[in-house]
Amino acid sequence: MTSLGIVSPQSMFFSEPLKLQSGAEITDYTLVYETYGQLNADRSNAVLVCHALNASHHVAGRYSEDAATTGWWDNMVGPGKPLDTNRFFVIGVNNLGSCFGSTGPMHDNPATGKPYGADFPVVTVEDWVRSQARLADALGIQQFAAVMGGSLGGMQALMWSILFPERLHHSIVIASTPKLTAQNIAFDDVARQAILTDPDFHGGDYYAHGVVPKNGLRVARMIGHITYLSDDDMAVKFGRDLRSGSYQFGFGIDFEIESYLRYQGDKFSQYFDANTYLLITKVLDYFDPAREFGGDLTATLKNTRAKFLVVSFSTDWRFAPERSHEIVQALVNNQRKVTYAEIEAPHGHDAFLLDDPRYMNVLRAYFNQVWQEVDSGVNGNSVNGAAALGAAA
Amino acid sequence: MNFNELSMLRPDLAFIAHWVKPGTSVLDLGCGDGAMMDHLQSDKGCCGYGIAIDDDKIPECVARGVSVIQRDLEAGLAIFADEAFDTVLCLSALQMMKNVEGVLRDIARVGREAIVSFPNFAYWPHRIALLRGHMPVSKSLPYDWYDTPNLRCATINDFAALANEVGLDVVECMALHDGQPVSFLPNFRGNLAVFRLRKKPAV
Repeated sequence: MTSLGIVSPQSMFFSEPLKLQSGAEITDYTLVYETYGQLNADRSNAVLVCHALNASHHVAGRYSEDAATTGWWDNMVGPGKPLDTNRFFVIGVNNLGSCFGSTGPMHDNPATGKPYGADFPVVTVEDWVRSQARLADALGIQQFAAVMGGSLGGMQALMWSILFPERLHHSIVIASTPKLTAQNIAFDDVARQAILTDPDFHGGDYYAHGVVPKNGLRVARMIGHITYLSDDDMAVKFGRDLRSGSYQFGFGIDFEIESYLRYQGDKFSQYFDANTYLLITKVLDYFDPAREFGGDLTATLKNTRAKFLVVSFSTDWRFAPERSHEIVQALVNNQRKVTYAEIEAPHGHDAFLLDDPRYMNVLRAYFNQVWQEVDSGVNGNSVNGAAALGAAA
Repeated sequence: MNFNELSMLRPDLAFIAHWVKPGTSVLDLGCGDGAMMDHLQSDKGCCGYGIAIDDDKIPECVARGVSVIQRDLEAGLAIFADEAFDTVLCLSALQMMKNVEGVLRDIARVGREAIVSFPNFAYWPHRIALLRGHMPVSKSLPYDWYDTPNLRCATINDFAALANEVGLDVVECMALHDGQPVSFLPNFRGNLAVFRLRKKPAV
């Protein structure tokens, strides 16, 4: 049973153009977000939760009695949960280019009056963080007690500490990486090729044709899903189990794993937008904050001010513990306060969404510390609220 | 954590804490629940990290406000630069290492000074147990021989040679019994060996 109960999203329109890392610009845009808990009087208890590839602003709670409408990190966020909404004011925000309400490829391009489609500008983690900062301004939050995220969400938490060092006290980076490896990019490109070569893709303009590149999206999701699970986990869950007990000597579904992946692919292709998938895999591929610093992650993190919690999972081969070690090493080189937990978990990359008690205990203990700082007022709110507000029209 | 609290909880750590200079940087290898780092941070203004491998210890350290990094010491301290810390502590942990020499070399690399403690195998009740034909089981070595995390048995007399070998000078060597220094027949009467080590000057 979810403990936040029924929640509902809100949206905010930003009329000021957002200059993107690519040089392009989004003239105006809407961000959809949810909040849980109460912002305290000195506005020091806000926590931003950043989402990964296929998630959204709907972090916790439900939209109805239907359990299928439960938020994607409901085990982490809620009253009495590790990120306790009785203490913290939690914000989930849907990123630009997504397909869950914030301005994205499915929305009309003001310049043409037609959906952006593949013309939606390619955004980056940096662009997302800048747009999130505007939302924070509009909500009157100058400093976050913490910014947290897993996977692509962790990249945003890390980018926050680089771009806005004064605006967060803690950065919580889970199952993430300072940049993708060639292997990661290769998987992403196979996924993109599946979509781009689907005859129903129509150069990204499939909305006008009344179709969706379902097959491409399905295959993309299947590829992605393989990388989220560990070899062991798949062996335990599916092994070589056969659907009907014997080989069919054809190209239909023989093995349980095939059935599972196809089911996941089908489900995904019914609710996710193909242009968004292309875009977000590019967001992943481009993420490399050390690039501007000649690849020197230590130099990249030199100006950070936050304290860090970095968490990885032993069987995560998508963003392996070694990638987290790189982050920790760079932080240690800068003498930043950092705690690192490496959770021995069989579930691969997906482990960051699951309920491993060792993982949950670390997060719970960490947020207790964050709360003690908020509660004792050590965070203060050195920046006065006047600079806030303004972006929202 | 103040000194009295630490003395109650871990008298050995309280004794050793005297050797850490205020305001210095410390790396505590095998930091357990973080009590030592907690004390050094709150009472002596030190900064640094604890290293622990057990899952259970991570939230305990976090709860004490200690920055803890979950790593296996034997996987190397590669994430730390040379001479990154004023003092490296390795307290009642070295005897659990497979590659004691490798870990000690790493300690010598990342720290300017080191404080190392380990159960003294030459403690007299241990000698008596051996004379009676049994492996010692005591407060400082509480495990049966077939089920002990303590892979290495060393005496105060043995350790100095290895320290010297990896490039560390022995500045001070103490034997403690229940956290109190033993000056008369230390290798006989002390159950915990404590070494204060300093990197040999480069030749």
